[in-house]
Amino acid sequence: MCGIVGLYLKNPALERNLGKMLADMLVQMTDRGPDSAGVAIYHDPVDAKSVKITLQGPDDVDWVAIESKLLEGLGQHVSVTPLANHAVVIAGASDTAQSDDIAGWIESNLDQVKITSLGSAIEIFKEKGLPDQVIKKFKIGDMHGTHALGHTRMATESAVTTEHSHPFSTGLDLCLVHNGSLSNHNQWRDKLRSEGIRFQTDNDSEVAAGYLTWRLSQGATINQALESAIKDLDGFYTFAVGTRDGFAVLRDPIACKPAVLAETDDWVAMSSEYRAIAQLPNSESARIWEPDPARIYSWEKN
Amino acid sequence: MREFDLQDAEVRMLNQALHGSDSEGQAIAVVNPGGKHNVAAGAQFETQVDIHGHVGYYCAGMNQNARITVHGNAGPGLAENMMSGSVAVKGNASQYCGATAHGGLLVVEGDAAARCGISMKGVDIVVGGSIGHMSAFMAQSGRLVICGDAGESLGDSIYEARIYLRGEAASLGTDCIEKPMETEHIKELKELLNKAGIKHEPAEFKRYGSARKLYNFQVDNVGAY
Repeated sequence: MCGIVGLYLKNPALERNLGKMLADMLVQMTDRGPDSAGVAIYHDPVDAKSVKITLQGPDDVDWVAIESKLLEGLGQHVSVTPLANHAVVIAGASDTAQSDDIAGWIESNLDQVKITSLGSAIEIFKEKGLPDQVIKKFKIGDMHGTHALGHTRMATESAVTTEHSHPFSTGLDLCLVHNGSLSNHNQWRDKLRSEGIRFQTDNDSEVAAGYLTWRLSQGATINQALESAIKDLDGFYTFAVGTRDGFAVLRDPIACKPAVLAETDDWVAMSSEYRAIAQLPNSESARIWEPDPARIYSWEKN
Repeated sequence: MREFDLQDAEVRMLNQALHGSDSEGQAIAVVNPGGKHNVAAGAQFETQVDIHGHVGYYCAGMNQNARITVHGNAGPGLAENMMSGSVAVKGNASQYCGATAHGGLLVVEGDAAARCGISMKGVDIVVGGSIGHMSAFMAQSGRLVICGDAGESLGDSIYEARIYLRGEAASLGTDCIEKPMETEHIKELKELLNKAGIKHEPAEFKRYGSARKLYNFQVDNVGAY
C-alpha cells in the first residue's frame, strides 16, 4: 500500500503556500505509507541556458567538496544550494544533450551522490522515515511553487531505502509516483535497458517512470505515453505524473487502487483518499469525483 | 440529539456510543467527518445517525438496525457486511459498497464505483446513478437496482441475487443473463424504489440473473482445473 497526493494551483496567489498545502495533504497519508516519503516540487524555473539538478547523498556529504569537483569536472561555475543531504545544483546547459552530458558526468564521477531530478523547474526530495520527519527535514512547508506531487511508501515489491522511494524522475522535468504493484517490470526493465534507459534500483515503479521516459524520447506526448502504458504495463496502479507545466493521473483498468480528484477555481488536487484533500482551503465546496479506470486525466498551464 | 465533532472527537468515541444499548432510539449527528475511516461502524441498535460531510473507508460497516445517512460522498467499503437497518448516501460511493452484506437497505443517490454489491448475501441495494465494473460479482441473494448504467461484467458468476437495470450494461459477466420481467418483479421493484425514495417507472427496467450453468461441475471443463 502507498499514499499519493498531487496539487496543481490555478490561482497564482496561492503559490507561496504550495509547500504547506502539500505537506498537510501528505501527513494525512502517513498510515498508507510509513516507510518513506518524497516530494517533487516545481518552482523557480531556470533560464533556457541552464539546467537544474537535485542531488541526494549520505547524511555526512560534503557539499563544498562536491561543488569544487563539479567546477573542475564540468569546467564551469555551478551553484550548489544544500538542503540537508540533498542539494539543488544549477549549471549552464544550452540544450538537452548538454544536460544529459552533465548528468552522465555526475553519475560516472561522483559515486557519493545520486541524481533525484533533472530539468528546469523540478526538484525532488525523498528519504526513509515518516512523512512528517521528511517534511521537516527538507522544510517542505516553507516551499513555494506552481505544482507538486508527494508519496508515502509502504513497500511490497522491493527494499526500503531512500533510492527505492518515490517520486522517480522520468526525464527532464518529469516524475512519477505510484500506488500499486507491477507484475511485468523485470521484462520491461531489460527491454528499456537495451534501449538506453538507465535504472538505479530493482523497483517496479522506477520501470514505469523509465517506460514514460522511453516513450517521450520517441516523440510521444505525455498523454500518448500513458495511453500506451495501459497496454504495456501489467499490474495494479494509480499513477500521478508531474510535468513541467502540470500533472496527469491514470488508474489501471481493474482500478482496485483508490484515487480521488477534486477541483475548485483555485486548485486541482488528487489523492489516494479524500481525507488528504479535506485539508485544502475551500475543499468543502470542491467538485469531487473518482477517476474512471484506464482514463487519463491531465491539467496543464496554457 | 447528540453531536460528535470528528475534528476533535476520536471516531472510536462515536462508534463505542453506537455499540452501547443506550444508543437505542437516539438521534446522533456527526460533523466534520473529514474523510475519516470506519465512521459509524458496528452500530447495533435502532439509532438515527446523520453524517454531515464526506467519509473514508468502511463507513457504516457491519450495521445492524441503525438508520445511517451520509450527507456527502463515501469512500471504499461502505456498509460492508451490513446485517440490517439502512444506509443512505446523498452523494457517490466508491468501490465495493455493500460487499458481502446480509440484509438491510443500502441507497446510493449518486453513482457507485466498481464492484458494487460484490458477494452480496441478502442486502437490497438501490443506486440512483450508474455503477462500475464487476458489480454483483458472485452475488448470492438480495436485490440490486441500478437506475443508470452498469460497467463491464455485470453479475459475473452470480448465484440467486436479482439485478434490475434501467440503463445499459457495458457487458454481462459469465453466467449472467437477461430474464423476463413478470408481474411479481414489477411489484418487487416498485416496493424497492419506494423504500429508497427514488422515482422511476419499474417498466423501464430489465431484469438480470443467473443462467445457473456454473452450479454443477461440467466434465467438458475438466481441463480448466
